[in-house]
Amino acid sequence: MRESATFDRDTIAEIQRAAREGIYDIRGGGAKRRVPHFDDLLFLGASMSRYPLEGYREACATDVALGTRFAEKPLHLDIPITIAGMSFGALSANAKEALGRGASDCGTSTTTGDGGMTPEERQSSKTLVYQLLPSRYGMNPDDLRRADAIEIVVGQGAKPGGGGMLLGQKISDRVAEMRDLPAGIDQRSACRHPDWTGPDDLEIKIGELREITDWQKPIFVKVGASRPYYDVALAVKSGADVVVLDGMQGGTAATQDVFIEHVGIPILAAIPLAVEALQELRMHREVQLVVSGGIRSGADVAKALALGADAVSIGIGALIALGDNAPELDEQYRALGSAAGFYDDWHEGRDPAGISTQDPELASRLDPEAAGRRLANYLRTMTLEAQTLARACGKSHVHNLEPEDLVALTIEASAMARVPLAGTSWIPGT
Amino acid sequence: MTTFDLAEGGLRELNAALHDPGCEGERFRVLNPRGSHALAVGAVAGADVEIEGHAGYYCAGMNQHARIRVHGNAGVGVAENMMSGTVVVEGDASASAGATAHGGTLVVNGSAAARCGISLKGADIVVRGSVGHLSAFMAQSGRLLVCGDAGDALGDSIYEARLYVRGAVRGLGADCVEKEVRDEHLAEIAELLDSAGIDDVAPADFRRYGSARTLYHWNADHHQAY
Repeated sequence: MRESATFDRDTIAEIQRAAREGIYDIRGGGAKRRVPHFDDLLFLGASMSRYPLEGYREACATDVALGTRFAEKPLHLDIPITIAGMSFGALSANAKEALGRGASDCGTSTTTGDGGMTPEERQSSKTLVYQLLPSRYGMNPDDLRRADAIEIVVGQGAKPGGGGMLLGQKISDRVAEMRDLPAGIDQRSACRHPDWTGPDDLEIKIGELREITDWQKPIFVKVGASRPYYDVALAVKSGADVVVLDGMQGGTAATQDVFIEHVGIPILAAIPLAVEALQELRMHREVQLVVSGGIRSGADVAKALALGADAVSIGIGALIALGDNAPELDEQYRALGSAAGFYDDWHEGRDPAGISTQDPELASRLDPEAAGRRLANYLRTMTLEAQTLARACGKSHVHNLEPEDLVALTIEASAMARVPLAGTSWIPGT
Repeated sequence: MTTFDLAEGGLRELNAALHDPGCEGERFRVLNPRGSHALAVGAVAGADVEIEGHAGYYCAGMNQHARIRVHGNAGVGVAENMMSGTVVVEGDASASAGATAHGGTLVVNGSAAARCGISLKGADIVVRGSVGHLSAFMAQSGRLLVCGDAGDALGDSIYEARLYVRGAVRGLGADCVEKEVRDEHLAEIAELLDSAGIDDVAPADFRRYGSARTLYHWNADHHQAY
């Protein structure tokens, strides 16, 4: 027997599923396919020509300020790892509270999502970024002023150019009320903003938001990684304080698998293009760059910063830290036709971990304090890892990491990240 | 009465004044607006604002409680995301008038362009003239009353908003259908007309449109409707 490389077992199973169900596969998470990523980069470390810092004695700072361009009150975070936007609706109220607790414990920010701001989230989050999305579900000026920053979402890495769909089983009475929709129906989110199109309009929109918030709040613009050179330049032109760039590995609560796997580019390829745009405009470090999409470890954080990002944002990693896909729930995942480590039917609302659900019984399984502690532990670990790598490169601040500290293991990663192939001085395309 | 002459600047001061809860009951007059954007945005209290000329984008955006009157035309997104209060445009309104507005009343005495009432979330919009295409797109709740005609794809992907049009409708969007006008709807139309100060139009002349609710639960057989 010889398995086809073109029609392999996964492909055959998907064709059979499509023929049986007559609908595309919807799932949560980000791209699962192998793409060039931070794993394909290595730090060179110190050597004869560079001094390392002592690991347990010499300080390596990790703080970052976001929104220094125009806002009167920029965010000052202790670590360069923030929590990405995830909605109440997609996530349970306990999960949102846990994200706030964990982030606040480490001196960083969390972000609302497509569904408005819950009181639990505001209360548990020392620094909260409030998203302005095309749907404007739950959007109101009181919460806008209660927020610490505003993030205008143009797109996300899992689905640049796509809207959203929250299936009816997750539209509880509370979610429905916040979104002003009937309970139990499938909720569609638009992919285009209702009152602006293009960067010229966006500039005026940002002006309005600044006026409403008396020029105090930093304004982020989030884009999915597709044409980052142009998108970042246009976001800067539009007046953004911060650009958030989300690669194709970034998660979603519910999107078509074909969209997740086939639209957008890896974050590794996107960062150098974004940095190039900022540098050409003389805005690198003036307009901060936050990158996301597949950030898992302190190594990923350090590599993203070395390529020129000011901070990173995590979503899937944060959910795993809260308890998503925990091995002790394997039997319950299997009852849903999945398994621990594979569960991605976040849209169905039956998450036994109590995270991607609105079922009161399931949601009550997640203890927000304990889950928040796990997230804080994870954030601290990532920060320590990033510091370790930065010290090894002789850096007293993680922001001092630079492309010169990196080499690539593959030609593809070398071309995308614009760092030399290891053992050579060759960067393809330059 | 406090006057802001925008020929001499003062947009920031105008908006800051409207963000003071203590401005309840106060009156503001805006001279020479000259199409300025973000005029009278984010108001928090029941002040009266008279804008003596044309307004740019997002006039009266996210309004709460204030009564704002534009003695001219208004640009894109007038009264966007309004929560409460009243906004009156004496002339025409550009695209996305009343977009995502949650509450309050928007009255356009001229016509409104495309996407009027897009993603409406509870506010009332009364248009004395006509509205452009894709008006009430994905409108969730609230009411849109149009005394003139409606453009293409009215109420596309509509949820529970109620639409009343007196003139011709060029086309209905996905899942939007004409519905019977019953007594309670006639009363509602009369109330909306009254709120806009329109007394020369009969409620019985309007037709009602709303959601067929066939898109409320995803069905692959509807794929051509999406």
